[in-house]
Amino acid sequence: MKVITANFVTCAVKECKTSPASFPLHFHDAELEMQELDFQPEFIRNVIPRIDWEALRVTANELGFPTLPESKPEAGALNDEQTLKDLHRILLETQVMEGKLVCGNCSHEYTIKEGIANFLLPSHLV
Amino acid sequence: MEYLIRLAQWHQSFRVPELQAVATLVGVDLEIIFYDDHSPYCIVKLPDEAAARALIARSILAKDIFELWGHGENYDEVHADVKTRAASLWPKYENVTFAFDMDTFCGKRSASARLEIFKSFHYIPFKGSVKLKNPDEQFLVMERYLAQTEATLQQIADTPNPLRIYLGRYIASSDRGAIIEYDLKKRSYISTTSMDAELSLVTANMTLAAPGKLFYDPFVGTGSFLVAAAHFGALTMGSDIDPRSFRGKDEERKSKNDIALLRNYQQYNTVSKYVDSFTSDLTNTPLRDCHFLDGIVCDPPYGVREGLRVLGTRDGKPLDPVVIDGVLNYYRPGYIPPKRPYGFEAMQKDILAFAARALVTNGRIAMWMPTAIDEVGLPVPMDQHLEVVSVSTQTFGNWARRLITYRRLPEGEFSDMSQARSKEDARGVSASEVNEFRRKVDISYFNKFQDEQLE
Repeated sequence: MKVITANFVTCAVKECKTSPASFPLHFHDAELEMQELDFQPEFIRNVIPRIDWEALRVTANELGFPTLPESKPEAGALNDEQTLKDLHRILLETQVMEGKLVCGNCSHEYTIKEGIANFLLPSHLV
Repeated sequence: MEYLIRLAQWHQSFRVPELQAVATLVGVDLEIIFYDDHSPYCIVKLPDEAAARALIARSILAKDIFELWGHGENYDEVHADVKTRAASLWPKYENVTFAFDMDTFCGKRSASARLEIFKSFHYIPFKGSVKLKNPDEQFLVMERYLAQTEATLQQIADTPNPLRIYLGRYIASSDRGAIIEYDLKKRSYISTTSMDAELSLVTANMTLAAPGKLFYDPFVGTGSFLVAAAHFGALTMGSDIDPRSFRGKDEERKSKNDIALLRNYQQYNTVSKYVDSFTSDLTNTPLRDCHFLDGIVCDPPYGVREGLRVLGTRDGKPLDPVVIDGVLNYYRPGYIPPKRPYGFEAMQKDILAFAARALVTNGRIAMWMPTAIDEVGLPVPMDQHLEVVSVSTQTFGNWARRLITYRRLPEGEFSDMSQARSKEDARGVSASEVNEFRRKVDISYFNKFQDEQLE
């Protein structure tokens, strides 16, 4: 699971969706793998406005990345190649291969195995 | 300026919607001057040749595009039209090398007859030489004869003469070559439900897939739609309730972290367009309620080959969690949560509601929907935040499938829901009880697939 995906998911339990504590899900015991991919500045520029910046800072911190700037890069900063490359690296090139994503509201754990996160719920949580 | 587009003579109801989608995507004004389901020749108006090139470069169901020099019912009309329409263009081509060729639809012309026809254009003042191989300019005479299907359908008497004749100057060819490149027969990872390359690429076009965009398929399977969207430059993610569908069954996987679907991206050199696959159920999706997707492409399982299932128990009573060897059963490796059959009408509504929540303004969703043959003309499912852009139909024996493309409306705009499909699923618990399509169509069809699987 890539960091960009983690920014777009929350707890699958319906009651958790309205709780601010359910997002972002927290990585536990994450094993990271870096994979080099083509740098696509057009995509980064397009997707940054849709990213929840505060949640991305939390995730980056949990995964041991240097602290991200306090505010989301906007306008002119989105033309700075180094800024875009740094974001490309964390959002698309960083993968969690093994570990867990844990909901801060209900504590349910979603496992990540061989790079694939499993968000299926047992029947008592549906 | 008018241009002639030569279309593939099938998937007729997809052809104009695809051209219109591509025109929207590349930002050119397209006006359809002449179109007929029975003809491969379509006349359009475009601002200039650059627009023609941009349009054709992304098309799948169009073959190529020509500058229209003239057309008519017979050669007298054609010549008269060429003289008025194209005379001003002639000086540009005075000194080029050129060649004439001919394309007949549902008709034949002998080599000598063709030569006579080419010679009849002698009044065009070409001073350059004829060069059959790689000429500077290629001209094509196109003749459309009456197709047998059209004669029968419209009850028109057969005629030995062409219905319409066109002369065009070749400009450029489409991206139809991608159909061969993405042929399922040569693809690394497929299954019985993989959508064919041509219609996957068309689906990606309908949703305006392009570089910089983010696409999602909630029923990803082997990733047919995603590799097509990635072909056009979009970044793509997918999910499925059954991880084996995209990860591959154990015996299909080559190494520990091998994701079978990712091998398709490797094959097509689009690994940088792959974002993620994850296991989830659309009715209990982990995706947040925010507008982050440019496109959604999907062919939801409708219970013929694969039963439509979502999380939950058949009787609606949740199972109590149990602890085995000190671990909650649902945290143990290999745990498979209970699933229940789900109605297709309900699923379609869920998909559209999800699309309304997740698409950005003007983002698009293309959804395939199976339909019993007697329901093809009936209304399609709708959502007030989505506008129906196009509905195309592919017919089989006793069933058809429709590709419905929707656009996310800006906040505050609403579509007219009075034309929406109002069907509800039948009540029940088994797959056939909740799925009318399965009951209506499956008897012979479903059995046929069972037979195929046994072979």
